[in-house]
Amino acid sequence: MARNKQRDTPEINSSSMADIAFLLLIFFLVTTTIANDRGLSLLLPPDPDQMEQLDIKIPERNLFKIQVNSADKLLVEGEPLEDVSKIKSMIKEFVLNNGRDPESSDSPKDAIVSFKTDRGTSQDRFIEVLDQIQGAYYDMYAERVGVTNKRWREIANDLSDPENRRLYDLGRGLKNGQLEFPMNISIAEPSKIGG
Amino acid sequence: MSKFKKKANTKQDIPTSALPDIIFMLLFFFMVTTVLREVTINVKQRIPDATQLRKLQRKSLVSYLYIGEPKKTAQWGTEPRIQANDVFIEPKDVILWVNQEKDKLNEVERDQLTVAMKVDKEAKRGLVSDVELQLRKANARKLLYTTLQEMEE
Repeated sequence: MARNKQRDTPEINSSSMADIAFLLLIFFLVTTTIANDRGLSLLLPPDPDQMEQLDIKIPERNLFKIQVNSADKLLVEGEPLEDVSKIKSMIKEFVLNNGRDPESSDSPKDAIVSFKTDRGTSQDRFIEVLDQIQGAYYDMYAERVGVTNKRWREIANDLSDPENRRLYDLGRGLKNGQLEFPMNISIAEPSKIGG
Repeated sequence: MSKFKKKANTKQDIPTSALPDIIFMLLFFFMVTTVLREVTINVKQRIPDATQLRKLQRKSLVSYLYIGEPKKTAQWGTEPRIQANDVFIEPKDVILWVNQEKDKLNEVERDQLTVAMKVDKEAKRGLVSDVELQLRKANARKLLYTTLQEMEE
C-alpha cells in the first residue's frame, strides 16, 4: 500500500486556472477602452482679438466656396450639391488649375477653400465635408512625392524622422520658408440665419 | 476486426493543459493595449466616421473635451453640453480649463497641447464653434476632431 502511494506523482488540480484567467480577462475587457486618439487634425487660426483687422481682397476665382445650411444641405460654388464625395475631385481640379480656366484658381498657393456652415449644421455633416477637403489635399501632396495617401498621412504624423520631414517639406513645396502648396482651408464662423 | 478494436482503445480527449496559457496571452494583450477609463462620460457619444484620419503621436499632450446631448436628460435637458474632466462646463469656461490643462504639462511643452474633441454626430456646429473660438483665445490651437475609420471604397 505504501509503495502505491509513492508511485503517484503529486499534482495540483489546475483545471480551474483557465476559469480564473477568464475572470481576469473579462474584468479587463469591461473596465478598459481601446484608446482612440485618431481623427481629423486641424490648426485653428490665432486669437481674433489680437489679429490685425486687415481687409484683404481675395479675387473671386481663388475662392472655392462650400456652404452648408442648418438642414445639412450643401451649396458648392453657388450650386446645390447632393453627393458629398464629389467635393474631393472638384477641389483637386480647382487647386491644380494653375490659371488655365479664368474662373478657377491662379495657382495652388493662392487657392483657398472656404467652408462656411450654419450654427444649426450637424457635426456629422461638418466632419464629412472637412474629410473631403483634407482628403483632396492629402491626395495631391501624396501624388507630389509619389506615395499613397495613407503613407503621406503616416509621414505627416511622425515628423521627428528626418526622411519624413524631407518628404513632408517636398510635398508641401517648402521654399525659403514659404509654402508653395499650402493647405488653405478657411473655416468661417457659422452664420446665425438658421435657414 | 482487430483493427477496429485497437482504435477504440486510443485516448480520445484533447489535452487542455495549454488552455490557461492561451487565455493568459489574451489577458496580457488586453492589459497592454487598453487604458483604464479616467472619466465617466456623461454625454452621448456617437462618433462620426471619416477616411482621412491622422494619429496623435504623444498621448501626454492630449486633453479631451466631450460634446453631446447629456445622458441623463431628466436632470440636464436635451441641449448638447460640453464635458471637461467630470463636469459640464460653459463655452466661456474653456479658457480656464485650457490653462489648467497647460499647467499639468512641462513648461517647454505647453504650447504643444492638443485638444481632442469628441463630438456627437447630432451636436450642432454653433456650440462647437463657440468652443473653437475660446480655444483660439486661450491659444490652444492644435485641434483634433476624434473620428472613427470609415471604409474607403
